[in-house]
Amino acid sequence: MLKTRLLALGMLLLGVLLAFFVYQSEVNRFPVVGKYVGQHPFVLGLDLKGGTHLLYKADVSKVGSGDVDAAMESLREVIERRVNVFGVSEPLVQVEHSGLASGSRDERLIVELPGVTDITEAIEAIGKTPILEFKMFKGASPAVLAGVKDTTQFMAHFSDTGLTGQFLSRATLEFDQTVNTPQVSLKFNKEGQDMFAKLTKENKGRYLAIFLDGALIEMPVIREEIPNGTAQISGGFTPESAKALVRNLNYGALPVPIELISTETIGASLGKEAVDSSMKAGLIGFAIVALFLLFWYRLPGVVAILALSLYAAIMLAVFKLIPVTLTAAGLAGFILSIGMAVDANILIFERTKEELKAGKRLGDAIHEGFSRAWSSIRDSNISSILTAIILYWLGSSAVIKGFALVFLFGVVASMFTAVTASRLFMYSLGFNLERRGGIINFLFGSGFSGK
Amino acid sequence: MFIVKNRTFFYILSSLIMLGSLFSLFFYGLTYGIDFKGGSIIDVRYTGTMPTLEEMKEGLASSGITGYSVREAGLDGYIIRTPHLSEVERQSALSAISNGGRWVGEVKRFDSVGPTLGKELKSKALISLLLVILVIVIFITFAFRKISEPVASWKYGIIAIIALIHDVVVPTGVFALLGHFKGAEVDSLFVTALLVILGFSIHDTIVVFDRVRENLRKNNERRQKETFEETVGKSVSQTFTRSINTSLTTLITLLALYIFGSDATRWFSLALLVGIIAGTYSSVFLASPLLVTVERWQAKKQLKK
Repeated sequence: MLKTRLLALGMLLLGVLLAFFVYQSEVNRFPVVGKYVGQHPFVLGLDLKGGTHLLYKADVSKVGSGDVDAAMESLREVIERRVNVFGVSEPLVQVEHSGLASGSRDERLIVELPGVTDITEAIEAIGKTPILEFKMFKGASPAVLAGVKDTTQFMAHFSDTGLTGQFLSRATLEFDQTVNTPQVSLKFNKEGQDMFAKLTKENKGRYLAIFLDGALIEMPVIREEIPNGTAQISGGFTPESAKALVRNLNYGALPVPIELISTETIGASLGKEAVDSSMKAGLIGFAIVALFLLFWYRLPGVVAILALSLYAAIMLAVFKLIPVTLTAAGLAGFILSIGMAVDANILIFERTKEELKAGKRLGDAIHEGFSRAWSSIRDSNISSILTAIILYWLGSSAVIKGFALVFLFGVVASMFTAVTASRLFMYSLGFNLERRGGIINFLFGSGFSGK
Repeated sequence: MFIVKNRTFFYILSSLIMLGSLFSLFFYGLTYGIDFKGGSIIDVRYTGTMPTLEEMKEGLASSGITGYSVREAGLDGYIIRTPHLSEVERQSALSAISNGGRWVGEVKRFDSVGPTLGKELKSKALISLLLVILVIVIFITFAFRKISEPVASWKYGIIAIIALIHDVVVPTGVFALLGHFKGAEVDSLFVTALLVILGFSIHDTIVVFDRVRENLRKNNERRQKETFEETVGKSVSQTFTRSINTSLTTLITLLALYIFGSDATRWFSLALLVGIIAGTYSSVFLASPLLVTVERWQAKKQLKK
């Protein structure tokens, strides 16, 4: 008995701690605690905090099938650089390979711009075709570039050569035969070969700067005249940095055109309304469900309310700790799950009541209630988990995936609170388990009438 | 017992509900959201003076946008639906909305989906729906594999599917109706609601079937003679309160969500409300009586042999 009670107390304490954690990490009421626990704000999706979600389709038909991933990665880096220019906080740029259900494999790019609703400028900048440019460095040593922040001042150190990505046919990663260090090999096309030969002849010993999309990506020294259009850049590369350079050069030579196929823009005020109204709906829903449990199931109802509170605390803490990106649909899923989480409790209590009516002792009735209800709880929750996994797997958007994730966590957490935690609470109430009839039948009975 | 005894009545009732839903579905058709058919939505709210509906339409027409529809949204704004807008078209639509600064409007929401993406999302939604149904049947067949007398376990699975089809058809029919009269749309979120309904309804069905399983085993142990009809009837009434109460708590939270929740999930919660009522009904009044009917068919066949 003592052990059960201690365990139950521990469970309650866990709930209180989790609830405190959720509260503290949201408002940081106690900065001292905040120092140790850290800040874990809820991560809100774009539909709740406002912003823009852009989905691009990349046309990779001209890229060789083996180079698609590299081309997409390079595209991602280029777009990320462009987005960063806007000073958007925490932009997200990611590559998505679709085509699981549609048959044809599509390469896509997702761009999320939190807080940005005026998208004209952003769309224009993102959609621009990137340019790879070769420029001559005017100075003698790259050291003069250090600390130059202003773009115009920075670019003043370079002069145009007319050589661009369209003259480059391919860049490849090679390893030096003798010392086995990585180097990058450039191959220019016919026109580029002549331009490059002239350039290298006239500028021997100077620095050749390579710009992708206006950003300096490499600045090798021209050691000798290169007449045949094949050049090596070597020295100071790690295999990774050489690979990245090859990727960027190839991408600049054959940029991947992108097409905007879906836009979603949500004003910040709309997002705030959604959060506020979801919170209100959640609280009201919780309160009414709790009242129903109390009046219909009486004493076990109180146990169920405790279990449900523990459930809510666990879920909110999980949202913060993982963290789960919350969307309007995800919040709806959470609120819905409050109603569904008590299902297991209802199954158990109905069964307990039935056994009591059949004249069993209280202890046996509770025991039967839990053990007999278990197979239904297990089977039905497994089917829910399967549904959630399919939803998450095939879910086409962040909205659906967000919902599926919340739903999945909800099912698992509710199995724990409604079965394990409720059982502990129930046994630690301290009733004489030998008793039957009388007050027990009232307390563990159900319905709104006295019986 | 009442439900199983009067199963013919409930079969007729269920058929009528199904026929009504199918009629609404074929007569009105579904109103797809832009994520399924492609297109753009602009939700604009004005501060101060705002254009009239006529001025709005004129503005859009003169900016060269075709195939648009405009609905009033609250007292201070409009929701404009158009075919998928290119970036240039989007900008001209936006300038039409403010008419060069004559009206001060904030675009609260702009959604746009290209037609190919729409097709893909639609097929994905359909696949996930079918996949969920398939997985559930396989699972039920597995979970009830030890039952073979008097009804084989895969038949439990098939019956569960009939109930599930009912649960999908009813809300879809209701949404065809709502789409026609109230502008409710069938979109990814609606399909998500259907999947949740499937999960919920299968909960209910499993609980009743599980009780049948248990009662069959008990009868076997005690060597009690009881007809299958009696066993199912008993199981339904034993689980009845639970089915109603679970639905009730879920409906409470859904109602709270529908009344107080965010606009973004208003139709979603309505779809769930309809579907969960349909799901509870089908588990109790359709799936369980069907078990008895199937058993009767088998008995007749055996007699003929």
